[in-house]
Amino acid sequence: MSLLQIKNVSKRFGNLIAVDGVSLTIEPGELRAIIGPNGAGKTTFFNLISGFFAPTSGSILLDGKDITRMSPEERVVRGMARTFQITEVFPELSVAQNLRIAVEVAAGFRMKPWIDRARREEVAARVADLLDNGGLTAKRDIRVGALSHGDQRAAEIMMSLALRPRILMLDEPTAGMGDQETYDIARLIRRLHKTNGMTIMLIEHDMRVVFNLADRIMVLAEGRVLAEGTPDDIANSDAVQAAYLGNAAA
Amino acid sequence: MWAMLLTLPFLMGAIGGYTELATRIVVMGLAAMSLNFLLGFTGVLSFGHAAYFGLGAYGTALTIKYLAPNTLLALGIGILTAAIAAALIGALIVKRRGVYFAMVTIAFGQVFYFIAFRWNAVTGGDDGVTGWHRMPIDIGAANLDIYGDDKAFYYFVLSIFAVCIGIMALLLNSPFGRTLLAIRENERRARFLGIPIDHHIWLSFLISCTFVGAAGSLYALLNNFIDPRALRFDLSGNLVIMAVLGGMRSFWGPLIGAAIFVALQDYVSSHTENWMSVIGLVFVLVVRFFPRGILGVLRGRASA
Repeated sequence: MSLLQIKNVSKRFGNLIAVDGVSLTIEPGELRAIIGPNGAGKTTFFNLISGFFAPTSGSILLDGKDITRMSPEERVVRGMARTFQITEVFPELSVAQNLRIAVEVAAGFRMKPWIDRARREEVAARVADLLDNGGLTAKRDIRVGALSHGDQRAAEIMMSLALRPRILMLDEPTAGMGDQETYDIARLIRRLHKTNGMTIMLIEHDMRVVFNLADRIMVLAEGRVLAEGTPDDIANSDAVQAAYLGNAAA
Repeated sequence: MWAMLLTLPFLMGAIGGYTELATRIVVMGLAAMSLNFLLGFTGVLSFGHAAYFGLGAYGTALTIKYLAPNTLLALGIGILTAAIAAALIGALIVKRRGVYFAMVTIAFGQVFYFIAFRWNAVTGGDDGVTGWHRMPIDIGAANLDIYGDDKAFYYFVLSIFAVCIGIMALLLNSPFGRTLLAIRENERRARFLGIPIDHHIWLSFLISCTFVGAAGSLYALLNNFIDPRALRFDLSGNLVIMAVLGGMRSFWGPLIGAAIFVALQDYVSSHTENWMSVIGLVFVLVVRFFPRGILGVLRGRASA
């Protein structure tokens, strides 16, 4: 069964139709990129899926279960994790503390006033694992707010991963980064996808990253699906060329 | 810190203070630290904590006066009164954020002030609840004379303080406590980690108000008297000042803030009625030059 099924969702803000009848299906293990010119509705589409707000119409199914009206917290419990365009972390806390909170919440300890030693050790081991996976072990005691942009992003991705999601949603993971940082984050995403078999859905502006990583690409323009297919299909699509060139010319 | 607290009544004597002043510092310290559970460790500002302080105080005073002359029972009822009110009001206001939350806490706080002020038959109105005093505690063979012996009362207050502070410290170092830090740091991230924000803020509010209620109850026992000023919003403001003064990001900071506040109040008010302007000046200077509070600065120096 498809992991995520989005059926004909629309979102209207007053007179503006930000997302207009978009459908999308994601299979387990897939890495799907969503691209499109500025204002195409990509982030709105992401927000609908992750529960930031509810769609005006249409439905969203995770594992065949309708989650259209669920709160973000309920969606997290069902296996959906996301990052944001502007990195959202706990800036005054250390990298290890950031991950520890995510690990504890994922383990169902969020209401616990006390956990025994065995469980504390399990948490610590999982945190160490995530630090290692994200290349953050040497920085574990540094305040996240004091890290470089790329490391903050890696920390945010690792926090999302701590939730053991079934699908990981990344909103412009390389936004505002230099070449080296972009490369490092792209490599991290590729590893999560190839080695851990993580299902990933990402919005991205950097075309090198998109065409390198994605199994399939969906192109949005003015809230509608413009094209959908493999990277080769998209690269050769006249409609996509026109949308991007038209946008660049304007 | 504990060594200092254990010897405080004797230190007070050495620097020209008196035991009751030490007790007042511990009581207000508990109130400020309880407020700071919400303010400093959950990132939620309440300007209405005097309501729960006052409810604890009235609950205790009225229990001893009308119900049973038993100090421990009165303490328990005082705390319970504050907790029940906090649970109900918290549920109503928890969806508000930031300054809106602060405003509704003031509004609800004033409701209790006016009840205490107007309901003469029970609360004595403006005159307060008089004609009662704390009772010695009888525990089997031992009799703890907390009424006659003010040092005994100090240690009684300190032990209640220790229990409350101990529970709060334990909670802050638990997975639950860390979800509160997460909410303080970044509500959106906390939410998308799967933490139901409103529910956790409600719990933090409830815990904070319950311990403020304990402080209020001890305050009534300390004075053997209570009047509506213990419920008024200026006390809420004073608690916030104590927390900020001492350092709201440090666990002990608000106690230091309370000590400075209470000592200044005691010393300056014996010279001038305008003691609040001195406190105000100190507050402005601290916020201007030590934005992390007094203990925050000391900690910063120590680790630098």
